[in-house]
Amino acid sequence: MAEEATVKIYRGDNDSGELVEYKIPLAPGMVVLDAVHTVQAMHAPDLAVRWNCKAGKCGSCGGEVNGKPKLMCMDRMDKYPAGEPITIRPMKSFPVLKDLVCDVSWNYEVNKKIPAFKMKDTGGEEPKFSQEEADRVQEFRKCIECFLCQNVCHVLREHNKQEEFAGPRFFVRAAGLEMHPLDDENRLGLLKDELGLGYCNITKCCTEVCPESIKITDNAIIPLKERVVDEFYDPVKKLLRVVFPKS
Amino acid sequence: MDKYQTFEYDVIIVGAGGAGLRAAIEASASGAKTALVCKSLLGKAHTVMAEGGVAAALRNVDSRDDWKVHFRDTMKGGKFLNQWRMAQLHAQEAPDRVRELEQWGAVFDRTKDGRMLQRNFGGHTYPRLAHVGDRTGLEMIRTLQDKGVHQGLDVHMECTIRWLLKDGERVAGCLGYQRESGRFVVFRAKAIVLATGGIGRCWEITSNSWEYTADGHAMAMWAGADLIDMEFVQFHPTGMVWPPSVRGTLITEGVRGEGGVLLNSEGQRFMFDNVPEMFQGDYAETQEEATEWVQQVIAGKQATVRRPPELLTRDVVARAIRKEVRAGRGSPHGGVFLDIASRRTAEEIKKKLPSMYHQFKELADVDITTDPMEVGPTCHYMMGGIRVHPETQESTVSGLFAAGESAGGMHGSNRLGGNSLSDLLVFGKRAGEYAARYAAETSSLGEINADEVQRVTAESLRPFDESDGENPYTLHEQLRTVMQNLVGIVRTDEDLRSALGKLEELREQTAKVKVGGNIQFNPGWHLALDLKNMLDISEAVTRAALERTESRGGHTREDYPGSDDEWGKVNNIVRQTDSGIEVFREPLPEMPDELKQLLKSE
Ligand SMILES: Cc1cc2nc3c(=O)[nH]c(=O)nc-3n(C[C@H](O)[C@H](O)[C@H](O)COP(=O)(O)OP(=O)(O)OC[C@H]3O[C@@H](n4cnc5c(N)ncnc54)[C@H](O)[C@@H]3O)c2cc1C
Ligand code: SF4
Ligand code: SF4
Ligand code: FES
Repeated sequence: MAEEATVKIYRGDNDSGELVEYKIPLAPGMVVLDAVHTVQAMHAPDLAVRWNCKAGKCGSCGGEVNGKPKLMCMDRMDKYPAGEPITIRPMKSFPVLKDLVCDVSWNYEVNKKIPAFKMKDTGGEEPKFSQEEADRVQEFRKCIECFLCQNVCHVLREHNKQEEFAGPRFFVRAAGLEMHPLDDENRLGLLKDELGLGYCNITKCCTEVCPESIKITDNAIIPLKERVVDEFYDPVKKLLRVVFPKS
Repeated sequence: MDKYQTFEYDVIIVGAGGAGLRAAIEASASGAKTALVCKSLLGKAHTVMAEGGVAAALRNVDSRDDWKVHFRDTMKGGKFLNQWRMAQLHAQEAPDRVRELEQWGAVFDRTKDGRMLQRNFGGHTYPRLAHVGDRTGLEMIRTLQDKGVHQGLDVHMECTIRWLLKDGERVAGCLGYQRESGRFVVFRAKAIVLATGGIGRCWEITSNSWEYTADGHAMAMWAGADLIDMEFVQFHPTGMVWPPSVRGTLITEGVRGEGGVLLNSEGQRFMFDNVPEMFQGDYAETQEEATEWVQQVIAGKQATVRRPPELLTRDVVARAIRKEVRAGRGSPHGGVFLDIASRRTAEEIKKKLPSMYHQFKELADVDITTDPMEVGPTCHYMMGGIRVHPETQESTVSGLFAAGESAGGMHGSNRLGGNSLSDLLVFGKRAGEYAARYAAETSSLGEINADEVQRVTAESLRPFDESDGENPYTLHEQLRTVMQNLVGIVRTDEDLRSALGKLEELREQTAKVKVGGNIQFNPGWHLALDLKNMLDISEAVTRAALERTESRGGHTREDYPGSDDEWGKVNNIVRQTDSGIEVFREPLPEMPDELKQLLKSE
């Protein structure tokens, strides 16, 4: 007999649901997503879960395993104590559609608010910039939109500021644009007034869960906060704004 | 039953990978009212997984490159079965399409003088792949996604299209269901672009995700469109083989592009003994020459010696690996070794191949900076697909277009790495442009046949009423085993015929497939429906493979091991007729003399 594992999976929707226990055979190297698929094939064909790449590249399979936010496809079963049940739930900060699938559409709406990249005028010349400049924004562009950071940020999770606060994922996105060597747009006013950058009190919970190891707080949020301060609270700039309101 | 929802557009794009997004951007920029429909969330299509890079003769790293060399490499890689006009347009337009991405904000890796860096890949004469570490697809899809979204496209996510609706001879719309609610929806449109990707879920060992169930291929065939080159399925030489959880997961060819070597259990670099006649003289003949090439390339110099044989085309490398394993010289889990640790420093490996490093460390407990990887072939890419006009991408059904992996012809019998991402851009744009033009020239929407909608929805719901049929997961596993064992890398008449018989049995069982639960986000139900697409397209592949009694590119016949010049002059066309799925031969279009000349020159 192959070794066996016990998983408890949330079955239900946003209004009601429960943890259902399933027993499945273990295979070497198995990840939590494999366990979910095995449950689908053996016990519950209608169990809802999202996935695509099964290699940590697409960000579809976020969930909470034993209470911790994880990509289920990168979470090895053998990291959990043998013989003890593993609990798998959907991300908590989003409405549950069914079982492990949440409604993440809010994120796509927030994204629309952030003005797209605007190319600098290079006078028809081929754009050039160094690898060092690229490195800086490439860190942010690694984001796979798993929304785990959105899931753990207390401003969303506990205070439900979805209306006023864009969340760490979109500060990462904004940083990737603001620090882009060829971008010619200014999003600082928007970050301050509409995306709620000020609500972030730098708890770093987002950075801790990011599967792409993006230093969300240190490299994206804090520099953006500094830029906002320079732009809006710098006395010289403030004076200039009074004199030349449109500059 | 509830009434279905109806939407009306000028152009509907089915699929939101690179091809679909690029098509949608173009169609909407041309003024067509455009919507994008996809099965997953936006940004999660296969394109996001592409690793190694996008091929375009930008000439940033090696000025000897140009579209002509790219064209020749592509034709040679496809063993001259490619639609030459597509290969030509692709090679000519890819550089502009890639530069355009940069204009839209994409951040590719840089050369020392600040331009887009290009890397070596199998079958490409010069370093040609613009890339971002080993996550090029992510950069590409995010760039296109943001461009599209801010252009005001409508996106219908997690909606699966099942059926194309026609009005007489032209396409009039399509029918699908919302995955979340299970509700049916009809899109009326003047033109439809299929950009649904590939068919890899028909095989057991595959790098492809749940989405690759051959939907576009099947829907086009059912609507009367021709498919082309269906016998040509690409098995990528380097998939993971251990542990079972990740069997088939891709290891980018970039590992070999960065100097990685293939070894058998005796420590021998077996690719030196596997250079086919067609490529004799093009590849390094000694270890020293191969090593020197890698050193020149790392140093950013133009290579003056020949490249390592590990960079031969994928069909060649996949067959060589299979041969080593069969001869008993494989690795412990039935693959061979891919070693980069002894070739590059740990720092370089982590910088150039970060996600490979991560993937092996997390999923296989292997540190690729110190130990070799175990690799083996994995079903990866479908060369065959919907037959399209090389310039407009229109299929043989009026108003129906196709682009990306779901379209056929561009790659002939074998695709070069990196040529897919560029294909998506070049032909995605063309499909969007010509679909919008078609819509503009069409005065009104086609009529939808309500009975047809009723029939297809009723059929789709039937699995809920079955009482003692099979579980869809079991049937899917059986299908994958049949295709893996009988229609894999190496084929025989006997195996292919046996596969046809087994597919027929599975078809009977699928007619009675049973699902439980309700219609809301029910993966079992979704899979039950996808089985039909996969069975029909598996049959199309098998019949085309049976017909082609020679070996060429991705199609190897043990009973006909050599290439046959007569077969080199024809493509197989698959069509659904009253008597079933049939194969027809079609002569290759005549190539202009100047291009023929190009293929001869070295
Ligand atoms: C791991 C991996 C690495 C790769 N690396 C490279 C590389 O480095 N370079 C390269 O050139 N190529 C690479 N490829 C190949 C390349 O990524 C794919 O061929 C390409 O991305 C396909 O793009 P596409 O736009 O045709 O389809 P996809 O990106 O697969 O998109 C298909 C879309 O169609 C939708 N769809 C499918 N069926 C339906 C339906 N019935 N209804 C509604 N929507 C539907 C899906 O939801 C999805 O949005 C790689 C492939 C893999 C798997
Ligand atoms: S650092 Fe800011 S954004 Fe990140 S979790 Fe804390 S409050 Fe939220
Ligand atoms: S920043 Fe990290 S945690 Fe947040 S969505 Fe992106 S990848 Fe996920
Ligand atoms: S399935 Fe893609 S990140 Fe897990």
